[in-house]
Amino acid sequence: MTPAANQAVNPPAKRLLVLIPAFNEEGAVAGVVAEVRSAVPGTPILVVDDCSRDATRSQAQGAGAQVLALPHHLGLGGCVQAGYRLAYELGYDYVIRVDGDGQHDPSDIPTVLAALEKGDCEMVIGSRFVDDNGTHTNVLRAAGILFFRAVLRPILGRPVRDPTSGYVGVNRRALELFSATFPLEYPEIEALVVLQRKRFRFVEVPCRFRPRRTGRSTITAVKSLYYMIHVLLGVFVNVLKFEGRKR
Amino acid sequence: MDRLFDVVAVFSVVLIVWVLSSVRRAHIRVEYSVSWLLAGAVLLILARWRTLDDWMAAALGISDSFIALAMIAGAAFLVVLYRLSLRISGLKDSSITLAQQVAILEFRLDALNQNKKL
Repeated sequence: MTPAANQAVNPPAKRLLVLIPAFNEEGAVAGVVAEVRSAVPGTPILVVDDCSRDATRSQAQGAGAQVLALPHHLGLGGCVQAGYRLAYELGYDYVIRVDGDGQHDPSDIPTVLAALEKGDCEMVIGSRFVDDNGTHTNVLRAAGILFFRAVLRPILGRPVRDPTSGYVGVNRRALELFSATFPLEYPEIEALVVLQRKRFRFVEVPCRFRPRRTGRSTITAVKSLYYMIHVLLGVFVNVLKFEGRKR
Repeated sequence: MDRLFDVVAVFSVVLIVWVLSSVRRAHIRVEYSVSWLLAGAVLLILARWRTLDDWMAAALGISDSFIALAMIAGAAFLVVLYRLSLRISGLKDSSITLAQQVAILEFRLDALNQNKKL
């Protein structure tokens, strides 16, 4: 077994896995893997290839990551959940998700990990807005973030500054939850409500975001309305499933 | 107006024949054909039994019996479509779980195979 495969199957004592969901990211994924290796040397890296039509899988493997290859396209939520399921089965304690398009700066992984290791939350969100650092987002997305901040505030019982951030770290409790229940499309916002249903806590830490290196966002202007309706419905469906009073 | 009822009756017969033909060729499973066959049969009965249409129109407070027929047919097809949406949602969930489990098993198998080679 190669050292990387051995690390993935027999996780070391610290038990952190960096999870990179990727779909048609051949131009960026190798660079992201290299940056992650540089930021957290020796940490296993798992790229979940959502049945890309390009060379994402070979690029990731060439850069030294392990690849979980999905047999057909599941969308972001299904892709991330597959990674969470594998990480949970393999016994990892922490999983930090970094997107495969290069928007998340892997040098912030230690910040996210440090917040997880404090142990006072189940999920850490890498936020663009905590320190108002490098907010690389378009007007439409910014408006969406403002809208969902307002929607989520009463549901979560506390403010969340960057509800659409995919730069997320989870501990084993959240990993167990998300392995069983995870929103399948546009998962970030609904995942917060899923977390709240179980009375789990989250914190936000400042992280740097960059413009994506290649490709295009899955949320285009045309899809924005569908996104809003879909996520709103998902949020309220999850609210209806609440299992107790929130803290 | 009679022609409209005739058109609905012909449509119902075509639907029933089409579904039966699909079942025979195994293009549709029997359990999913039942809803469509029932919907087609109800439509055919309503299209041919004018007394029933008149009674339904009176019960619904509609002056035109064909509109009553259209409403009943629309409702029947909505129920069938909703049942299919439920079924598709369930199948999608199963398909996602299956795909994830296949990927995880392949990953673990690859890791084991690499271990054996070394």
